[in-house]
Formats: sequence, structure tokens, C-alpha cells
Amino acid sequence: MEILVCARRVPDTSENEIELNAAGNDIERDDLVYSINEPDNYAVEEALQIRDRVGGNVTVVTVGGEDDEEILRRELAMGANQAVLISDEALNGSDGRGIATALKSFVQKGHYDLILTGVQADDGGAQVGGMLAAMLDYPFASLVNSITVDGGKLKVGREIEGGNREINEIDLPCVLSIQTGINEPRYVGMRGIRQVASVPIPTYGNSDLGLDTAAIGEAAAKVKRVDYFIPAAGKGAEILRGSREENADRVLELVATKGGLK
Amino acid sequence: MVVSSQITDWLVPGRTLFLSIQLIGIGCFAFIVAKRLVPLFRAQSDPRFDRLWERLGKVWKFWLAQWKHPRYRFAGILHILIFAGFLLLAQRAFAVLMIGAEHFALPGLSGEFGHLYDVVTDYAATVVFLCMIVAVVRRLVFKPARYAVPAKYGKAHTADAVFLLGLIAVLMAADSFFAASKAAGHVLQDQSAEELAFLSLPWILQSLIGSMSLATLWVLNLTAYLVHELAFYFLLCYRPFGIQFHVETSLFSIYFAKLDKGTVKPVRWDVADEHLDQVKSFGVKTFEDFTWKHMLDFYSCADCGRCADNCPANAAGRPLAPRFISTKARDYVFQHYPVTGTASNSTPLIGTIYSEDEIWSCTTCGACEEECPLLIEYIDKIVDLRRGMIDDGNVPQSLQKPLKALESRGNPYGKMEKRKADWVKSAEFQKTCSVKVLDRKTEAGTLFFVDSITSYDDRMQSIARSTARILGNIGEDFGILGPAEKDSGHEVRRFGEEMLFRALRDHNTEAIQASGAKRIVTADPHAYNALKHDYKDVPPVEHISQVIAREVKAERISFHPVEQPDRVYTYHDPCYLGRHNQVYDDPREVLDAIPGLKRVEMKRSRDRSFCCGGGGLMLFYEPKEEQRMGVLRVKMAAEAGADVIVTACPFCMVNVEDAIKVAGLEGRMSAIDLAELVDQQMVRVQAATAPANEIQRAPELVPGR
Repeated sequence: MEILVCARRVPDTSENEIELNAAGNDIERDDLVYSINEPDNYAVEEALQIRDRVGGNVTVVTVGGEDDEEILRRELAMGANQAVLISDEALNGSDGRGIATALKSFVQKGHYDLILTGVQADDGGAQVGGMLAAMLDYPFASLVNSITVDGGKLKVGREIEGGNREINEIDLPCVLSIQTGINEPRYVGMRGIRQVASVPIPTYGNSDLGLDTAAIGEAAAKVKRVDYFIPAAGKGAEILRGSREENADRVLELVATKGGLK
Repeated sequence: MVVSSQITDWLVPGRTLFLSIQLIGIGCFAFIVAKRLVPLFRAQSDPRFDRLWERLGKVWKFWLAQWKHPRYRFAGILHILIFAGFLLLAQRAFAVLMIGAEHFALPGLSGEFGHLYDVVTDYAATVVFLCMIVAVVRRLVFKPARYAVPAKYGKAHTADAVFLLGLIAVLMAADSFFAASKAAGHVLQDQSAEELAFLSLPWILQSLIGSMSLATLWVLNLTAYLVHELAFYFLLCYRPFGIQFHVETSLFSIYFAKLDKGTVKPVRWDVADEHLDQVKSFGVKTFEDFTWKHMLDFYSCADCGRCADNCPANAAGRPLAPRFISTKARDYVFQHYPVTGTASNSTPLIGTIYSEDEIWSCTTCGACEEECPLLIEYIDKIVDLRRGMIDDGNVPQSLQKPLKALESRGNPYGKMEKRKADWVKSAEFQKTCSVKVLDRKTEAGTLFFVDSITSYDDRMQSIARSTARILGNIGEDFGILGPAEKDSGHEVRRFGEEMLFRALRDHNTEAIQASGAKRIVTADPHAYNALKHDYKDVPPVEHISQVIAREVKAERISFHPVEQPDRVYTYHDPCYLGRHNQVYDDPREVLDAIPGLKRVEMKRSRDRSFCCGGGGLMLFYEPKEEQRMGVLRVKMAAEAGADVIVTACPFCMVNVEDAIKVAGLEGRMSAIDLAELVDQQMVRVQAATAPANEIQRAPELVPGR
């Protein structure tokens, strides 16, 4: 099975102190460390496991710049067969639709039976997967937390609000957005990354993909961020400012009085 | 039936038979041992042919003098008696076997001395025989708990043990019968009979059979000889199939034992650091990835259970007991390298004989290695197995985050580098102490290596501040690396992530060298061990307890008396200060120098200290366990009658403080770091640096004050 995983590099929320920049329209990006978007990592692991069961190839693709090669190397070290970077200045400032457009062109240049994305990016809107499926006219399932290959079809499990699950049969080729927890991604150590340091990562630009510049980039973006802020503490929000022990006791007390403990 | 008139020729009729049994016995033994050696030649290299005198010293102390044995008093003394008996009897057995072939006396064992030797060995055989009876009774009736084998680890070895003990008893009895019947024959024939040792087994037997006819005695003598010979060669050839192989291998295991405590073996002994990238596979994945010495260890394990009995992971109900690391590997090698038939293909060890949780459960505290009478190594094997799992990406999710954070931020918490020196910024602290951040421009003679947890953890920052104030108070010109300091990587290496460790080490080495410091001080035993054993080309390192002890001895530090003389203190030895580096006395001397401080020892202290639960990455690992090691430890402190646990390691502090809460001892027991206690009790050199708010806050660390 030929599997494509669309991945993205994001600031790691657990290893950064996210602060607003002076202009107030974005976060302060100096001194940030990045990693692969967590659900995307689960998607790659799932792709590798499917490949190891039924054979085939796993390709990881990202839309971005040179810096984003970092996550592609990590996924190659994890075991992906190849990695591709889609990079072009014309893509800068694209909204979700612009990114999906670029990915669609890339998909159409190859033959993929299965396309996986993470359920959403830490700093994104969970839109690229669905849009990509629509543009390709492929079936789509979101929030997938199990995949079984069943001949030319897949059986995918989905998480339903309230903790229930459903199993769907879906035709190939298709696009799935992968929920975290579907598997336990393998560890990639420094050694693994060093070993793939010299593996070439092809870069595809606008012309390689035959992209219509009118459909991508800032000019084509129909969704634009107009503000970015840390919400002010509203009514009903209480910030505990005691010692750790006091805070823990207070939290317990609050949860108990609000009926959270049965 | 013709009875030879010359009793020394009694064995003549059986000589051909005896000789063939001997040849077959020796041949079989040689063949079996050769087969047992096959995997050792397929193993990884391990250069242990150096430092002859040091190694002979080990043999002298741990093999011949059985140094570790009396740590388990009864079993130890029993073993020493058996061992001594075997050594004494070895020559007699040889001589007895030889006279089956022809008249024989070992050079030097004839005449007067020979007679004395005979007397000694008569008693030796008796003692060994009695020891066998005691050992069998012990195994069958008293059943010491440490010999039990939980079902998940395989089958109990009691039957095998009793069978072997019985065989040795038969050997001793046959030996004694042989001597007794010969002596009785001599008496009957009025030959110059040598006296058997009074009340020895041969002596008793002689008095029982003395009245028999010469013909009966002859049959008895021949039978005893045959039984002795058969039992001897059966034992010889049977030992390489079980725990008794240590009779042959222990000498070699001890001679080739690891000499440098606190260190971790390199990935491959025969690959230089700069060529590591070309190594196809890291660590131990299949049996042949072990070094030959580690394989020898598997053969040598006598399954005495002392390692497991002292293993904190085992005590806490984690799925690890060191003895089974050895016995399962031995079962594996017996199965895959059979004596008859060909060796089968190697299979992955994880998932077959070892489980992932088993290998991650180890805190590398070293209690097992400290206890093993045969100096069998466990930490290096565990680290090698972890290296294999890391290489295969087989790492628990709970460890992946901190490892990733160590890679990108240089600490397991993912905290920003620029926050590393935030602990010095508290206004109260700055009134009492000033701390330089060293770089190429700012220099100091002493570098205080703080490490991750003491820099970033709110609670442990207090240890950093106390350490800094102590250094300030003794007039030390010191500074820290601040944002340039990354995690020492001590646990990174011991969790098997060698390349990440190297990146951290190289970074720190460069930063330390750039600081121009002439020596390093740390309050973290893990950092201390890393800087001392894992780093190269860095200045000498000391733990703060060593610095304090020296200053106390030189009377440059003095203490105010404790405010509550009724409180009882106990010192908990951190594994990487105590067992791995033998710093036992310095912290105790410091405590004893504080006027009015009452100190008790826990039952398990010094080299038998019980790990609190492990440090570094172990704090992130979610073990499968019945209870926390720390809880067991604070209960030991309570049992000793202590209400303050003093430790000298930030990780011990985390574990012990948590455990006090979990054990429900909050309010009755507290924990304090040695540096904090010294900081609290120390007489300040200058009035201006007298206790500020920071120290007055200390009472909350010690509830009840």
C-alpha cells in the first residue's frame, strides 16, 4: 500500500513559554523549539505499522521551508521510505485551503492509496485533511483511532463524543485524520537522525507541482488572522496563588464542592 | 576370590575399568566445557586482560577469602566451610583417582606432612558431609524466601539443588568409606596403619566396619572407590548444566570482574568513539550482543538470590529481580547452544526471555552488584539492553517526552535555557549570597555544577541556594554556568540513549573548559558520578558533602546546636554517592559535628542502602509496581526511630518527600538535604550574611519545628 502522511512542524507547547510578540499579532518566535505536530507523529507511526503488515511505502510530506526538513529527517529516522518538502515563496501566507491545494497537486503527481493527516495541528484549525479529501474527491474520515486493512477497503474506528466508538468501512483511496492514542509512536533517537542525515529530501516548488499562483499564498487566502491574544481571566475563573500543597488542597475542595467527585 | 596380600594393590583388579571411567569422565567434561565456550567466542569483545595485580587481588579477596559471603551469616559460613573443604579435598580426590591407575602420592603429600594432610582432609570430608545435610534440610524444611521462584520467572530450582547437594554428600561418604575400609584392612593385616582423624567420618565408619572380614572390606573398598569415581565424574559433567557450574567458572568471573565502579561500559569496546556512527546496531538485542564476560556471568550465577533480596525494584513489586536476568539467560544459552546438536539462530531477547518493563524497572542503584559474592555485573547488561531498545525505537511514551526535551532544551522538563539560573534571582537569596555566571569573561576557581532538577524544580532550588551559601560562607570563589549548563546526561546514558548523552557531555565539557574553573562542586550525586566517571578532560569534581566535611575537620565551618534536640536524624545514602563512589563517612561526620544532633542508622545503610526510587529519567518512568520504593525506605527510617531523614541528593529528596506523604507520615517525619541542614545550622562568617527570610522559611521543610 502506498501511504502518504501530511505532517507539520509546530512550536512544541511543552517546551516553550508562549508569549505574544510586541505587535500583538503573533507569538514571539525567537528562542522557540519546534517539533513535529504530535497527531502527525501518530499518523506516521500508523502508516509504518500498516506498511509493515501489508507492504508498500510510506512517504511523508510537509509544506514549509528549509527549517521544516528537521521533522522530515525525524520521520525518515522513524522508518518512512521517503520524505518530500513542498516549498515555494508563493506559498507563504497560505490559509488552510492554500495548503490543501498544494498537497492536492502533489498527491495527483503520485499514486497513493491512503493519505493520512494528524487530526489537527497544535496551532491549526483541523481543516487541511477534509479540504484535501474534497479537492481530490476522496472519501474522508476524521478522528480515526483504529485502522484495519480489509482487502481493497479499510475498517476505521472513530471516536464519538461521550467516549463511544464506531467502526466505518471506507473505500480506498481515502483521506483519514488520525487521533492521538491510535498507537504508541516509536522513539527516534539522535543516532537514528544522524543515520539519515545524508538522505536526500526532494523539494517541490510551484512549477514542479503546476500550481496556479492565484489559488495559493497570502493573496489567495480567504481566512486571515486579525488578532491573537491570551484571553483575560473572565468571571468565574479563579487563579490559585498559594503554595503547591495549598493549591492542590484547594483544587480538590473545589472539584468536590462542584460535584466533580462522586 | 583371591584377596591380595598387599592391601595397596586392592584396586588392581578394577584398574582398567577405573581408568576407562576416568578417561570417559575427563573427555566428557572437556567436550561439554568446549561446547559451553562456543557462545563466548561469538560474543562482543571485552578487554579484561589488563591490571593483573588488581585482578589477582580480587581473586584473593572474593574467591579465596570468600569476602562477600558472611554478609548472609548462616548461608555464608556454610558456603565458606564447603568451599574450604572442596579446596582441601581437591588434591585428595585427585590423588585417590590417580591411585586407581597406579600408586600415586602428590608431591609433597607423603610422609609426615602427608599424614597431617590426611587428618585435615578426613575432617574436611566430614564437615562438607555435615554441611550438605544442613543445606538439604535448609532447602527442604526452612525454605529461605530468597530461593523462591515466582511462576513468571520459571521453575524453582530446589530439586536440582537438593540433587546436587545429595551427590556431594555421596561423594564425601564414598571418600570416607574408601579411607575407612582401607584403614580397617591395614589393621586386620597388621600393616603399619595410619590413624584416621578422631571422630571424623572415616574414623566413625572404620569403627563400624572394623570387625568385618578382609574379603568384605575389599569389596567395600572397591565399591567405595567405584562410587566415588562415578559420583566425581558425574558431578564434574553435570555441573555445566546448572547452578553448580560456578564451581568451575567463579574463579574466572572474579578474575575478570569489573574493576571501575560507577562507570558504564562503552557501546562497543572495540569501536572507537569517532566510528560509533558506523556501528550497525547498538546495545544488546540478541544473546550474541552480550560480551563474553557477561556470558560467563550467566554461567557463574549460583542463583543464591542475594541480588534479588537486595533489589529495591524487586522489593517494590516491579517485574525485575536481577538473579532472573542471569538464570533466564543461562536457560537461553543452554537451549540455543546445546551440548549435542547445533546452535540455533539467535532471537531477540526482549519479548522472549526479558520484558520491556523488566529492563526499564532498574534504577541502577547497584545493590545487586554490591551483594553478589561472584561480582556478577548487572548495570552494564541492563544499560546494554536499554541501548538495544532505544535503537529499535522501543521506548515507553513516558520517557519519550523528557528525552525529546533533553535533545532540544538540554533538560528533561523542556524548560527554557534562559531560566536555568532563575534560582539565584530571588531577592532574599541575593541579600545573602551572590552567584557569578561564568563564561570566557567571568571566571572563578570553582564551578558549582547545578544540574537540571536543582536548577528548575521549585523545591530543589533550595538545595542550590543552600549549596551556594555554604560555598560563599567558606570563602570559595565560585560561579555557575547558567544557561550554558545542560543536563549532565547521567541518566540519559544509563537509560541507553548514548548519542544524546554524548551530545550533552560534549556541550558541557566545552562550557566547563571555557569557564576556566579549576575544580567542580555539585550537590547532585548523579552529576557527581557523571562528571567523575563519564566525562573526560574536566577538572576534578567533589560532592558538596565532601567539601563540607573537609571544612568541618579544618574547623572552618562550625555549627549552632540543633534547636530541637529530641528529634532523631537518620542519614539515607544516595546510591551514586555511597555504593558507586564510596562516600559514606563524610556526610555522617558532618551530621555528627552538629552539636546536639541525635543520629541513628537504618538497618539498611552504607553499602546496603535501599534506593529511594531512582533519579533523572526514572522520575518520568511509570513503573508497574505494588508500592513505591520510597515508601519502603521511609518505613525503614521510621523503624529505626528517626523522624528526620537527611539525604544528599535532589532525587532522593523528591522520592522521600513524596513517600512521606504517601506513607501517611506527614507531620511526623520530614526530609532535609545535608546542604540545607548545614546552611541552616552553620555559623555565618559575616553578620551581614546571617539567615535571611530564605532560611527562616526552612522550618516548613521540617514540620514540627
